[in-house]
Amino acid sequence: MTQATEQYPLDTSEQRLTIREPHPRHDTQGDMTADERLRKAMANFAKDINRTTATYMEACVHCGQCAEACHYYVRTEDPRYTPIWKLEIFKQAYKRENSPFGLFYRALGLKRKVSVEQLGEWQELLYDSCTMCGRCSLMCPMGIDIATLIGQARHGMFEAGLIPDELHAVAQRAREEGSPLGATASVFEDRAEWMADEHDTEVYIDEDEADILVTMSSIEIMKYPNAIGATAKILNALGEKWTFRTEGYEATNFGMMAGNVEWQKHATMKLIDSAIKCGAKLVLLPECGHAYGALRWQGAAMYGKPLPFKVQHVSEFLADVISSGRLKVKKVDQTVTFHDPCQVSRRGGATPAPRVVMEALGLDLKEMVPTGDFNWCCGGGGGVVTIHRADRLRYKVFELKMEQVEATGADTVLSTCSNCRQSYNDAKEHFHWDKTMESLLELVADNLAEEN
Amino acid sequence: MDLLEFARGPALQVASLIFAAGLVWRLIHIFLIPKKTDISEARFGGEKMGGLRTIFSRFVHHQPFRRRTRNGTLLAYTTHIGLAIIVFGSAPHILFIESFSGLSWTPLPNVVIHVAGALTLAALLTSLGRRLSHPVLKMLSNFDDYFTWLVTTLPVVTGLLAVAHVGARYEMLLAIHILSFNVFLIWFPFGKLMHSFIAIGSRYTTGVTFTRRGARV
Ligand code: SF4
Ligand code: SF4
Repeated sequence: MTQATEQYPLDTSEQRLTIREPHPRHDTQGDMTADERLRKAMANFAKDINRTTATYMEACVHCGQCAEACHYYVRTEDPRYTPIWKLEIFKQAYKRENSPFGLFYRALGLKRKVSVEQLGEWQELLYDSCTMCGRCSLMCPMGIDIATLIGQARHGMFEAGLIPDELHAVAQRAREEGSPLGATASVFEDRAEWMADEHDTEVYIDEDEADILVTMSSIEIMKYPNAIGATAKILNALGEKWTFRTEGYEATNFGMMAGNVEWQKHATMKLIDSAIKCGAKLVLLPECGHAYGALRWQGAAMYGKPLPFKVQHVSEFLADVISSGRLKVKKVDQTVTFHDPCQVSRRGGATPAPRVVMEALGLDLKEMVPTGDFNWCCGGGGGVVTIHRADRLRYKVFELKMEQVEATGADTVLSTCSNCRQSYNDAKEHFHWDKTMESLLELVADNLAEEN
Repeated sequence: MDLLEFARGPALQVASLIFAAGLVWRLIHIFLIPKKTDISEARFGGEKMGGLRTIFSRFVHHQPFRRRTRNGTLLAYTTHIGLAIIVFGSAPHILFIESFSGLSWTPLPNVVIHVAGALTLAALLTSLGRRLSHPVLKMLSNFDDYFTWLVTTLPVVTGLLAVAHVGARYEMLLAIHILSFNVFLIWFPFGKLMHSFIAIGSRYTTGVTFTRRGARV
């Protein structure tokens, strides 16, 4: 049994006295000595250092302002959740080993050598308490993109076998089975056929040629399969030549979130190869935030050259076809609020797209405060929703979202990310909350005008 | 050679040399690290302009961040603007700048300099108090933060003392003031004072990356 020690302090804020982290502080994978883990973590972090990240490492003035942008700090006031502190040991190692005055730091003992125990301790900071939402990056007065550095630190942690077990297992499953949630190609085909019946529409799979390669998130396939039917209905209404491909239908990228570049590349290349094979001009990404970042902004780097097709998040696609008059929708008499998925809005630049769609639907949109690029994260991104030991913290920061939503007075929360939706609906259950998050895509599909 | 001559002469020369060499080395070191080129398809283009804009736009927080960062920002602005007024507005400093650059301009009235000096010192002292007491700042702070504070505050204090003729003979106070400035110069390239150069780079690159994506910078 874990003892209440200084390291595991008793938390008296709960009704039942509890130990804040009553489990081992960190997980390990693989059989490595402490030294080996340390060496691998630092070497892999250093490998990713380029001019931009080096500039970031050098620019911090320890003003502490990024803390005020991070939901973890704002909600808990625990200083360890200060965004740049989450990188402290990597910053220390960089200054000691790679910086212009590394020699001087070492000689004067100004930067101590990082220990493997510290790396273990930092696991919670780099995984459980960072959704890579980038709110801190938007606020740092020095312009440091902290979220990118967190991603880089995760590379080091993964190689050192120092990531949360659940996230490792999910990412590994995605690598081995093609889906983190067991949505293998045959499961997907079954569910796609089921959805074709359910929505009374045609679903195209493994067409030899198509203009649009359509992809899904495993969360949609397994939990919100109506997304398959909704997408098919819309594309068919538009008369598009489209297809799913069983060798590249799944767009999530848990390798990226876990910090394994090889797994990230593997997942990305499946989509790229599938698109090339069927001659797609457009890869349509599902309602998933990180899938957008993985292919739209990091895909070309994985491929090694510019992608030979366009990449769009489904909300951008909908905004385009609605604005151009190609897709007509019926008016919906509903008051809603909108949750911006961080990777699509703040980190992806597609903030206006869902608003174009909502306007066309005639929705009474009550924006959250703050909204758009400044919206608070759902707390489930960056793989955090997979990490069970982080649940309590996740619920705590979710209270911010609940307050935001309640203040709008809207009954329904719309979003364009199934991972956000999953995090919302999980928290809804936890808090016995009466607000449900729904999909904008599905709302569009349910309200297609007759003239389509 | 008395202390004042030493401070103004060889000490200043050595300090300036270390300053220049350290500055160049630290910047070159960053520039020698290979750049990663972003080959994703840009949403709109105009990245370079976006980068340049970000260098300036990050001087002010976006509106939703302002309330929570008010105190820190106020202190930072008071310190930076106060220092700028003292360094570029006071007559002796302008003479000093003229002595090596040939440039000169009209000094600000003494009263402005004195008020700026007092406010700057107050802001610096408050910043230190905050750094020692605010849980986030206390945890983040290291030798660099405290030493940088010291080498920034010393010239302000000694300058104010010299102007007020308090504590010692004027020549002595002036010598100490110049020596403290020399220490500031020597430390500049090694610690976080370098943010005055490096932040231009980090703001620019972040501006480029996110403008490319069509995202907010
Ligand atoms: S806001 Fe930026 S400069 Fe300030 S502590 Fe955070 S990362 Fe460093
Ligand atoms: S990316 Fe988001 S969660 Fe991570 S440290 Fe920054 S603000 Fe916090």
